[in-house]
Amino acid sequence: MVHIVKSESNKLRYDLGLIASWIEPGSKVLGLGCGDGELLYFLKTQKQVKETGVEIQESKVAECIEKGLSVIQGDINEEVEDYKDNTFDYVILSQTLQQVYEPSKLIRSMLRIGKKGVVSFPNFSHWKARVQLLVTGYAPVTKQLPYKWHDTPNIRVITIKDFRKFIKEISYAIIKEAEINTDSQDKRGRIVKFLPALRATYGIFLIGKRL
Amino acid sequence: MSEYIEHDADGNSVGIVEKKLFTFAAPPDRLTLDSGVKFGPITLAYETYGTLNKEKDNAVLILHALTGDAHTAGYHSNDDDKPGWWDIMVGPQKGVDTDKYFVVCSNILGSCMGSTGPSSIDPGTKKPYGMNFPVVTISDMVRAQRQLMDHLGIEKLLSVIGGSIGGMQVLEWCVQYPDMVFSAIPLATTTRHSALAIAFNEVARQAILADPNWKKGDYYDNGRKPDLGLAVARMIGHITYLSDESMRFKFGRRLQDRSDFSFNFDADFQVESYLRYQGKKFVDRFDANSFLYITKAADYFDLERQHGAGSAVEAFSKAKAKFLVASFTSDWLYPTYQSRSMVKAMKKCGLDVSFCEIEAQWGHDAFLLPSARLSALISGFLDGAHREIRK
Repeated sequence: MVHIVKSESNKLRYDLGLIASWIEPGSKVLGLGCGDGELLYFLKTQKQVKETGVEIQESKVAECIEKGLSVIQGDINEEVEDYKDNTFDYVILSQTLQQVYEPSKLIRSMLRIGKKGVVSFPNFSHWKARVQLLVTGYAPVTKQLPYKWHDTPNIRVITIKDFRKFIKEISYAIIKEAEINTDSQDKRGRIVKFLPALRATYGIFLIGKRL
Repeated sequence: MSEYIEHDADGNSVGIVEKKLFTFAAPPDRLTLDSGVKFGPITLAYETYGTLNKEKDNAVLILHALTGDAHTAGYHSNDDDKPGWWDIMVGPQKGVDTDKYFVVCSNILGSCMGSTGPSSIDPGTKKPYGMNFPVVTISDMVRAQRQLMDHLGIEKLLSVIGGSIGGMQVLEWCVQYPDMVFSAIPLATTTRHSALAIAFNEVARQAILADPNWKKGDYYDNGRKPDLGLAVARMIGHITYLSDESMRFKFGRRLQDRSDFSFNFDADFQVESYLRYQGKKFVDRFDANSFLYITKAADYFDLERQHGAGSAVEAFSKAKAKFLVASFTSDWLYPTYQSRSMVKAMKKCGLDVSFCEIEAQWGHDAFLLPSARLSALISGFLDGAHREIRK
């Protein structure tokens, strides 16, 4: 017997919902490190997007394909190389940048194969992380960055200010940005306007080539 | 491919099915083969399960591997002790759901399970073809299947699915008849046979050719067949379908029905006994000449050369299908890198492709064994394709 698990709830995780709101209906989207395909499934079924995903973990790839999504099992750094220029309207890197070995190379590839890129990441300069380090002297462990220094898959610490500066340095443009406050699995959240560098748990950026 | 045919524990089955025959390419309308030879008449044995819907958009073609046949699922009679070779995958509510899809499987050209092959009677001489049977290729097999689709009134296949040599036929379908294939699932396969795969096939063929009973392929009338050679060929094949891990798990160094070595050349080890049994069983159902012809077809298979002037990207640029490619971690006959390279070429062509490397210890044969993962992948992919074909 085959049992297909489909995402029952139409309610997307808050950060993914925000990304989805930036995507034009009917566009071509590549999701790098797409996980179980929650965002791509939403975009495909609610926004008529032509989706492709790349994910390294077999069980998650299988979950995606079982939902009817087109997903390739592989390493995002390698898989981006095969696509022709401007194949996609958007290339999304959701909560994965902190694990990428060569961020500038990957972002260049994203904006080679896609017209626009979406990058989101946990904000390391959140006040809780700052306070933990300052007061306790231990490396911060938060809901967004739940790992200890020795078992974390995250090899980079990124702050919202750092990312803005970095995009400028590698000569791309920030088209849109949102700083949000939510737990990583949370369906609810809100946009942080006041002191985002201190108060936002995540940063989400829409980037593109400089005009 | 090995035989792993077991009854479905859930009792789910397409039930009693019937083998049918379709004959075409009678002279003067012979089929022109890759070798240039015009050949006919050709008979294909086939079976169908489920119902072709009014829109004719639910037809799925299943393509079998080296030693398979048209009998994919169900039983031929109530006394049948075994169901078809992929009964675990094909049936009501299974990976390929016969409640939703119209499933067709035909025995390949050159085989000996009902379709025309070297053991068939040459209408010209009234004797079996033997070595007078023309060398056929994977494309020739697909050409013949195309005629069967015309006969069945199928203009577009929702999907073509097959593993190993069946997977080669899947790829061939996609580039030879791109407008007829909406989606495709090549499993545990390759776009071109590697030197390793050719080498094993060659050793297997040599075992047959060296059998004194082979008699240049002309053994059908004299009562004695090259059984020894064919059994050894099968034993070699079997090793390539397993893996170090699966053999360690299945046999280890365990002895067969004894507590110590025999100090002669009996089958001391379980693995020896197993291979001998597999070889012996095989000669009762398979023809040695068919084994020679089909392994040759697999060795000749080179999608890049035939359809892309040496380039996989160019070959796949002819395809239009949406693909699901799957490989298995322990398959060393068609290792994952071969699936990855076809996926790469498909991506470069802008094709819609999914790829999954399934964790499995059973070697190449994994595609034939019960796998909830594979069933769910195929089922989900087919559902998606069926939604899209209706758009």
